[in-house]
Amino acid sequence: MNLSRPLGLIAALLALTTLYALPTFAPRAMVQDLFGILTLLVLAMNWNMLAGFAGLVSVGQQAFVGIGAYAMFAAVILMGLDPLVGVLIGGLAAAAFAVPMAFFAFRLNGAYFAIGTWVVADIARLAISQWKALGGGTGTSLPKGTAKDMAFVGPIKEALGVSTAAAADALTFWLMLTLAVAMLATSYVFLRSRMGLGLQAIRDNENAARSVGVDPLRIKAAVFVLAGFVTGLCGALAFIQITRVTPDAAFSVIDWTAFVIFITVIGGIGTLPGPIVGVIVFYALQRLLADYGTVYLIVLGCLGIAVMLFARRGLWGLFTDRSGIDPFPLTHRPPTSLALRHGDLK
Amino acid sequence: MPILSLQDVSKSFGALKVTDGVSFDLEAGQALGIIGPNGAGKSTLFNLITGNIAPSAGRVFLDGRDVTRAPPMERVRAGVGRSFQIPQPFGNLSVYENLLVAARFGGAVSGAEAPGFCMDILTRTGLAAVAEKPSGALSLLQRKRLELARAMATRPRVILLDEIAGGLTDAECSQLVITIKAIHAEGTAIIWIEHVLHALTSVVERLMVLNFGRMLMIGAPDEVMASAEVREIYLGIEA
Ligand SMILES: Nc1ncnc2c1ncn2[C@@H]1O[C@H](COP(=O)(O)OP(=O)(O)OP(=O)(O)O)[C@@H](O)[C@H]1O
Ligand SMILES: [Mg+2]
Repeated sequence: MNLSRPLGLIAALLALTTLYALPTFAPRAMVQDLFGILTLLVLAMNWNMLAGFAGLVSVGQQAFVGIGAYAMFAAVILMGLDPLVGVLIGGLAAAAFAVPMAFFAFRLNGAYFAIGTWVVADIARLAISQWKALGGGTGTSLPKGTAKDMAFVGPIKEALGVSTAAAADALTFWLMLTLAVAMLATSYVFLRSRMGLGLQAIRDNENAARSVGVDPLRIKAAVFVLAGFVTGLCGALAFIQITRVTPDAAFSVIDWTAFVIFITVIGGIGTLPGPIVGVIVFYALQRLLADYGTVYLIVLGCLGIAVMLFARRGLWGLFTDRSGIDPFPLTHRPPTSLALRHGDLK
Repeated sequence: MPILSLQDVSKSFGALKVTDGVSFDLEAGQALGIIGPNGAGKSTLFNLITGNIAPSAGRVFLDGRDVTRAPPMERVRAGVGRSFQIPQPFGNLSVYENLLVAARFGGAVSGAEAPGFCMDILTRTGLAAVAEKPSGALSLLQRKRLELARAMATRPRVILLDEIAGGLTDAECSQLVITIKAIHAEGTAIIWIEHVLHALTSVVERLMVLNFGRMLMIGAPDEVMASAEVREIYLGIEA
């Protein structure tokens, strides 16, 4: 009997409970730190879905972060809505932007797709810089008191006995954690579904996928738009905590895409736990090398290259290959009784 | 009504005319062999039938319906299954999963029935023992078997097989012929491109000869093989 599955599940539940409880006992700085990590995790899971499972190597994910963030700011500043409603609007705006972006970028393949998405993201950045009502190129801040008036902040403040700012941090932390968990669960269910199988077939060989009845355009477009939606939600949520937005920060290819690529590649592209492993390594390195400035980026780069060369499925892939343990397998196993009947004793 | 019908189909790559005015009908359940020298345009003809490439001129009909502009996935669902001459497995997926994709999408097999359905085909094609192996790790021989198995999993009414017998031992080849005859016996129409003539002629009812993209002859295998023109083209390939 295979114990890795229940053990993995128990470990995951324990970790999850601790994380949810964190704002009740941890210092605010730690909650903020973890919020940043969760943000990168959500972005990495989305990028992994595109590059690792759909074969869509996008270098333009910052477009969705930026549009999500700006839509949230617009909802709060121009329409006077609650920031949480703004987050939802941010996700929807990003999804809406993903439709024409897919229409354009899907005409390109491989490296051209990557460059195409980057170009589109930069066009979005330039366009947003013209939005005078939101500060144009210099950006703008959330109005004072936004956090205090945000839904749920009052009750949280009372329950935890903390400042308004800390309560707002706790709220955004819980939302980001929930987004990460939802993304993980949805990815797992989707990838094990008929559509998920079709998606992986497309990634491996689009021509052959078409020839067994899979419609690549439909599935890839659906995944691209959904990833845009979640990335938009994530960006909007992240900027509630940052409270200030500029086109350069919101559409930063380094912060929202390059780091995310490293995280996914190091952890294990095309594996479900890969981004989680990657984000832990990323954070540990950041902590370890915090005093050495840019050395940190150089180490990260070298590690990324080493993994690409010697462990194409990242640290997680290395682990499952060596140990044979995979608590969250995506593979469809043939029915054992049938396999045995057919003399398949391995 | 023929299950498949080509009307004056042509295809050029630049100045090179690879398919030149090919017309023929395939009745349901019929088996047709295609022979011709290397570069004659045999695989291209398959790509035109499946929609992997679009013809420069002419029309393709499935069950009397014009599918000349229809994409490959639509034609699979309409009953055209194919293998690739150069195997194109989904390399990161297991052998079993390769079939599962084909069965669930092309074959419209339900989730509950798919596992048994796929294992059955794997057994028939001698792949059951490697069902869980990543298909990217298979030998060329096994990849060719997977091409046949995956095409079968789309539940075709006409199956297109592109040189799947090359490199087999005599015993393996007889086994393959038995499998293909069984597919044929179930009422599936077959078009089979093959250089191994004795295997081909033991299955098909009609034989087509392609040369420089042109249909040189089509008819009963022994008549075709008796023709002086065909013997000339095939001289030295196989007696
Ligand atoms: N995509 C393409 N672009 C340009 N030329 C092509 C293309 N595909 C095939 N050709 C050319 O068309 C001709 C016919 O190719 P095809 O693969 O159909 O031949 P074949 O009869 O299957 O040959 P073989 O027995 O070697 O498999 C060849 O000269 C080939 O080089
Ligand atoms: Mg060929």
